Amino acid sequence: MKNKELPFGQKMHFPNASFGLKRKIILLAAIFILAVILGILKGSVNLSFLELISRENRQILHLRFARVILAIVASSGLSVCGIVLQAILRNPLAEPYLLGTSSGAGVAAVIALTLGAASFYIPFAAFIGAILTTLLVYYISRERGKIGVHSLILSGVIVSIAFSAIILFLLSTSERQTLHGISWWLWGNLEVFDYKLLFAVTLIVALGIFVTYLFSQDLNAISIGEEEALHLGVNVELVKKILLFLVSLITAAIISVCGVIGFVGLIIPHITRLVIGPNHRLLIPVSCILSSAFMLLCDSFARTLFSPSEIPIGVITAIVGAPIFIILLKKSEVK
Amino acid sequence: MDTLLKVEGICGGYDNKPVINNVSLEIKQADFLGIIGPNGGGKSTLLRLMSRALMPIKGKISLEGRDLARLSHKEIARKIAFIPQLTLINFSFTVWEIVLMGRIPHLSRMQSEGKIDFSIAERALSLTDTLNLRNRRIDELSAGERQRVIIAKALTQEPLLLFLDEPTSHLDIGHQVQILDLLAELNQKNNLSIVIVLHDLNLAGEYCKNIILLDNGEIFKQGTPEEVLTYQNIESLYKTVVVVKDNPVTLKPHVLLVPGNIKCKQE
Repeated sequence: MKNKELPFGQKMHFPNASFGLKRKIILLAAIFILAVILGILKGSVNLSFLELISRENRQILHLRFARVILAIVASSGLSVCGIVLQAILRNPLAEPYLLGTSSGAGVAAVIALTLGAASFYIPFAAFIGAILTTLLVYYISRERGKIGVHSLILSGVIVSIAFSAIILFLLSTSERQTLHGISWWLWGNLEVFDYKLLFAVTLIVALGIFVTYLFSQDLNAISIGEEEALHLGVNVELVKKILLFLVSLITAAIISVCGVIGFVGLIIPHITRLVIGPNHRLLIPVSCILSSAFMLLCDSFARTLFSPSEIPIGVITAIVGAPIFIILLKKSEVK
Repeated sequence: MDTLLKVEGICGGYDNKPVINNVSLEIKQADFLGIIGPNGGGKSTLLRLMSRALMPIKGKISLEGRDLARLSHKEIARKIAFIPQLTLINFSFTVWEIVLMGRIPHLSRMQSEGKIDFSIAERALSLTDTLNLRNRRIDELSAGERQRVIIAKALTQEPLLLFLDEPTSHLDIGHQVQILDLLAELNQKNNLSIVIVLHDLNLAGEYCKNIILLDNGEIFKQGTPEEVLTYQNIESLYKTVVVVKDNPVTLKPHVLLVPGNIKCKQE
């Protein structure tokens, strides 16, 4: 019995027969490059290519480059966090904000705004809020020194609901200006306010993704089951702690500058798995490419659809993402 | 023959409530040890203690003369492979990806599999007759096929000891025989030591060289199938009336049940 008997099209996971896989990755990379070019050429201000590279518009060009980088960093970080949480919790609904990061960051940002903090400090408040909230969620979900999968999901959801209520309460009692200051944040935004901040976030997310990638094979084992991973020699509790720490760090960093961009961290992992399979060694890098392309295209829509006014990026990711996902899901069922 | 695993007076369980009480045993090379006993007797717990999925409260386990408690999970996984009752895999890995995971204990974090690892995995696939499945998705396979793939993954670990926790309980009789024949072959040809938890007394009698009858966390009886599977032992532990007869072909003891004779209030 040799592989001649194999049905056509099922060879992609075998190392010697990955033509289909290579083609898919090249196609995704091409879409990614196109999305980057589109992200630089198109914006809320309509400029031709020659105008864009001229000296007087240098600042606009810089801003667009920064925005493209932020889009890549945010989407890659969110999708990798989604992948990690879905594998560790073995739950298809897991996403980066599950650990309470979004509501915790929100509460901190709203408090800072109500106290009259300058907008420069808001990202720091959000970052600290996100980290503290995830620590609270871990603390609640600890069972005998171990992190319980079900209790982690439950405590994340409960803390999120409680903090969302606090956000609503604070907003209902606050002045209109605070309301406006926070709304960009709750809907998600890719605008770059500060280059240093962008640099710091890029560094945290890139390092976080790199270290996560080193745990690819552990993630493969854990996604089969914790007991199975343990019997394959994976120190499950330690790996879980390291990865959950990285996830909360990456999410907090992204949320502090972009606010809450929904859907990417939930859907891109699933779409990538449908395209190339669940092997984390491929899943992590390919999801970065795919999510970046997706985010850049969504951002182009957000900026140009009703230009010069912008639609919040989180709205577009959900409206565009949901139908794509449904189509892919239906297609994979037919197979 | 060499002693691979030595268990000396271990107690252990969950939440400091010991399920296993003062159990001692030895597993030598090419052993085929069955663990049987009533529900809740501690069969699975014993297996988990011996593979350090669970730490004992008392007692000592040594693997090739080294203290199991001092070994890392990775070191243990190079010697002991564990096959659970039912592996439910929600992610659609291919069979080849699953089997290659058996190399995890032998590779460092930065290392990817090389030619040697591929040939070991391929050999495991051919031993379990699953070569033709290697590009299939694990969630598409039947229960019997999946269990053979899980065994292939375990063999890819190149273990000295193979632990199985009721690996056949979800399979029909044909697939049960297929899996156990495979284990018997690995045991005889490759000198693999096998420790298997079984519910089915007759499968245990048919295949195991030695049997441990576990009751209430203690070894009730230990010996060859003929010594352990007597009607006195079975009746007193399982509280039911049975007849033990020899299989006319293999001459191994078979336990036949007699309905309507639950012994609840006696004793």
